[in-house]
Amino acid sequence: MQKAAYYKAKQFLLTYLTHILLIIVSASCILPLLWMFASSLKTQATVFTDMSLWPSNPHWENFYIAWTKGGFGKYFFNSLFYTVVVVVSVVFITSMAAYGISRLRIPGKNIIFFIFLAAMMIPIPGVFVALYVLLNKLGFLNPNTGFPFLDGMIMRIGYMLPLINSGLSLGIYILKTFFDKMPGDLEDSGRIDGCSKFGIYWHIALPLAKPAIAVIVIFNTLTVWNEYLLAMLVLTGKNLMPLTRALMVFRGTHITEYPLLMSGMSITVIPIIVIYLFLQKHIIAGITAGAVKG
Amino acid sequence: MEIKKTKTILSNYLFVLPAVLLFCTFHVYPFINVFRYSLFQWDGISPVMKFVGLANFKDVFTADSQWWYSMWHAFYITLLTLLFQNGLALILALACDRAIKGAQTYRMIFFLPPVLSGIVVGLIWQWIYDGNYGLLNYWLTRMGIGHFARAWLADPKTALTCVGVVHMWKGFGWGFIILLAGLQSIPRELYEAAKVDGAGAWDTFVRVTVPLMIPVFVLVVILTILNTMQIYDLIVSLTGGGPGYHTEVPITRILASMRGGSQLGYACALGVVFGLVLLAISFAQIQGSKLVKQE
Repeated sequence: MQKAAYYKAKQFLLTYLTHILLIIVSASCILPLLWMFASSLKTQATVFTDMSLWPSNPHWENFYIAWTKGGFGKYFFNSLFYTVVVVVSVVFITSMAAYGISRLRIPGKNIIFFIFLAAMMIPIPGVFVALYVLLNKLGFLNPNTGFPFLDGMIMRIGYMLPLINSGLSLGIYILKTFFDKMPGDLEDSGRIDGCSKFGIYWHIALPLAKPAIAVIVIFNTLTVWNEYLLAMLVLTGKNLMPLTRALMVFRGTHITEYPLLMSGMSITVIPIIVIYLFLQKHIIAGITAGAVKG
Repeated sequence: MEIKKTKTILSNYLFVLPAVLLFCTFHVYPFINVFRYSLFQWDGISPVMKFVGLANFKDVFTADSQWWYSMWHAFYITLLTLLFQNGLALILALACDRAIKGAQTYRMIFFLPPVLSGIVVGLIWQWIYDGNYGLLNYWLTRMGIGHFARAWLADPKTALTCVGVVHMWKGFGWGFIILLAGLQSIPRELYEAAKVDGAGAWDTFVRVTVPLMIPVFVLVVILTILNTMQIYDLIVSLTGGGPGYHTEVPITRILASMRGGSQLGYACALGVVFGLVLLAISFAQIQGSKLVKQE
């Protein structure tokens, strides 16, 4: 009897201590973000003295100033544009390729698939050097058409093409695995109804692949939204910069405007946090599936 | 009939064509060029490329101590990460694998830092570490141990470790998720059987959990090494490589040769050496785990 009580007390204590550990770690994850957000609502005069997590007099206009005068509205739409275009392109290009490799008669397709897989495994940390030379040679870095808008578009495309490329391997891998398991009856019924090959891909295979596509969309959204290195190398004009690059430039030039910098940082992370909170089940499922299988 | 068949196959190729074209242009071609450029002395702009054979590599191995310091810095952060980040991740994963209330919520919070931009994370922590206005010094002073306060990122003694701490803060949730998934794939009957046989918690962990988790451990270790050795965003936003060269890492050195020194060929040679080191590490890991499995 006494032993049972001892055992129960031990269990209770263990659970209690576990919760304390988990809560401390959770707090360490959240507090820096809360502090960033709180600081974005302070003024330059109070930001270094008022250490509270909720300022008594929140200056919401900081966000307006950062968005307009700070240029973060423009940078936000740049980031959004790059993310949407790259993600949509990756989904279409990889789903077509994966469908072809999985379902159609293409001599040499196993070699193609193997090369995409190998690219995922081999780290090439210096490749951005050669990529930079290539983009320069192709005329993406200093276009001179005489039309500023067109020049800007060419540079944007030069930035996005390598990002689309870097999403290919994982996307093709995930989708090919998915299409391999898809039952063939559905395609047969499509064929009987007179669908073309492309029609079957478009009307039957693509809608079925939604769960796999969700994983690809999430991964690429995070990668493109958070990308920094290539933007720093390729996008020199301020008008073209995504948020990450713009934050570093802003930090360098407006060293004395901390609340605005913090507003810009909040503008950068809040969309990602919102997407994460809505889609976290998919994100975590995708990572675990990919990691445990791979 | 034959012509129609050929036509079908050719139209099938249209499905893979966009992917293959993009991939050849922006992956295969630059990949080959990194090796090719590494044999030249070239500033990246002038039309003349001077072939120098393996001279760039000779310089990397004999004349560039800065490069090997940067390798050591990345390696130091990698060691910290392997020990402390993955240790913490494993403890947290074991805690959440037990039937504990709120495990879902904890999991959601722990994976928040990994989805954030490295630039933003670096800028937040740069301010936390700040010598004059930073939160860290503020709390140290309030707790009465203000003599520990310092300019954390400007002090050569602490800068690199502080960068490592931020890297671990950003990364532990990711190791946690993979380890937790591995733990949850272990059949519960094995734990029951161990209990019936009278095994204690520690015995069960060492004899049931660890052997089954070895493939997951190997995966986490390889991914940790590859990710951490290529650390860049946090360095740029936290220290920019300073103070002096105390937090330079391989990627910042490659960029410095490429942009500052206009030594593109040399930058590519650094990239090749670095890539081969990473490849060797992950290859050794995989082979090692196979040996362990066979035994």
